[in-house]
Amino acid sequence: MCLAVPGKVIGIEGEGELRMGRVDFSGVQRQACLAYVPEVTIGDYVLVHVGFAISRIDEQAARETLAALKEMGELAELDTSAAGAADGSEKPDATR
Amino acid sequence: MRHVDEYRDPTSVQAVARLIQETARRRWTLMEVCGGQTHSILKFGLDELLPSTVNLVHGPGCPVCVTPLALIDRAVAIASRPDVSFCSFGDMLRVPGSETDLLKVKASGGDVRIVYSPLDALRLAREHPEKKVVFFAVGFETTAPANAMAVSRAAAEGVSNFSVLVAHVLVPPALEALLGSGDVAIQGLLAPGHVCTVTGYRDYEPLSARYRVPIVVTGFEPLDLLKGVLAAVAQLERGEHRVENQYPRAVVRDGNPQAVRMIEDVFVVSDRSWRGVGEIPRSGYALAPKYGRFDAEKIFDVGGLQASEPEECRSGLVLQGRLRPTECPEFGTRCTPEHPLGATMVSSEGACAAYFHYGRARLEAAERPELSRAHTTSVTGH
Ligand code: SF4
Repeated sequence: MCLAVPGKVIGIEGEGELRMGRVDFSGVQRQACLAYVPEVTIGDYVLVHVGFAISRIDEQAARETLAALKEMGELAELDTSAAGAADGSEKPDATR
Repeated sequence: MRHVDEYRDPTSVQAVARLIQETARRRWTLMEVCGGQTHSILKFGLDELLPSTVNLVHGPGCPVCVTPLALIDRAVAIASRPDVSFCSFGDMLRVPGSETDLLKVKASGGDVRIVYSPLDALRLAREHPEKKVVFFAVGFETTAPANAMAVSRAAAEGVSNFSVLVAHVLVPPALEALLGSGDVAIQGLLAPGHVCTVTGYRDYEPLSARYRVPIVVTGFEPLDLLKGVLAAVAQLERGEHRVENQYPRAVVRDGNPQAVRMIEDVFVVSDRSWRGVGEIPRSGYALAPKYGRFDAEKIFDVGGLQASEPEECRSGLVLQGRLRPTECPEFGTRCTPEHPLGATMVSSEGACAAYFHYGRARLEAAERPELSRAHTTSVTGH
């Protein structure tokens, strides 16, 4: 119910409470109200929930997160080659 | 960047799972608060990737699941009226009330409609002045800006045949009730990322300090969730407890100021009853007095309808992380998504439904190895 889906703003019209955008979700386009993200311009990504953009996706923060993940991946690689073993699937508890 | 696939990369998923395993020296129980997170965790099999030292329990974060029976009964009473068009998000239609549900009202000729957005209900009201259009305003903080906007627009445009049945709930007071009850063994929380896009995470800071629990603002993709788990476990191992934002691409500390302003204009904080949990003080929204004329409970005079929960359903315990769905004796036998006894089996984000859906797939996979392989690679899919 709190699902919000990222999409790219490809068109904007109206202003204030009536500011609406066309948002592309990997090929599927929908209208979304942009009243809560006045800073958004065409080309930005937004998180859309029940027809409303509730947040602009911060590309810089996204890039930093992905860089951190990449680093974690490399660290884990090093650890694995040092320690052998560890496939990460330690919990075969099928009853859960 | 499309902000989806990047967070599902199987190599990174394995790497972060391994880091969690190395970081967790002791046993920790974490609760993911939001039902959407529960859904992702089971869908991508993240619980099975975690080491045995890290246990995830599922929280109260499914607005459909916690909407009290009495409100479902009020929705049914309003939707059954011949002069009403009743609009709702799809997941509410099959939630069982005392006697019946909205889907059965629809099947027996009631005008019950599924809408994607509250603005669709408002449009219907504009186009059909002869109908009384009622929108079932269910949700957490995430949905409140949308529902508030519909009311605000109705007032601005003078749409007098539009009203809302409000069932809005708030996350921090529910967490306060949970942590304050003292007998829930949770050492850390993954806070709901999309709730925090709207209201930020200031309100979680006093909770983290008072109950000495790490609270990590977490997103919904596999890597978001695993990073949230890693951050919480790392804090616990260091003996720390603070609010940490692991979803910075979408969340800032103060949330979305425009959305908060609209919420504060349209709603006031009120006591709310949570299905299976009971009354929690100041845990939801009601319409502000100046918008009282849009309150469906008053317009249709259904506020007096009361109801008590069926005893066989243990969803209250499930919603508080005290019982795993599979531990409920009714799970998968008397209670299935086709014949749900409780809302946690109806909503796609309810923990019981998630376990039924993905748990059953896993059992089948265990019996058929070729499916099992498909399952372990499922982090790349969808
Ligand atoms: S399995 Fe069904 S009866 Fe048991 S707690 Fe879940 S919804 Fe209620």
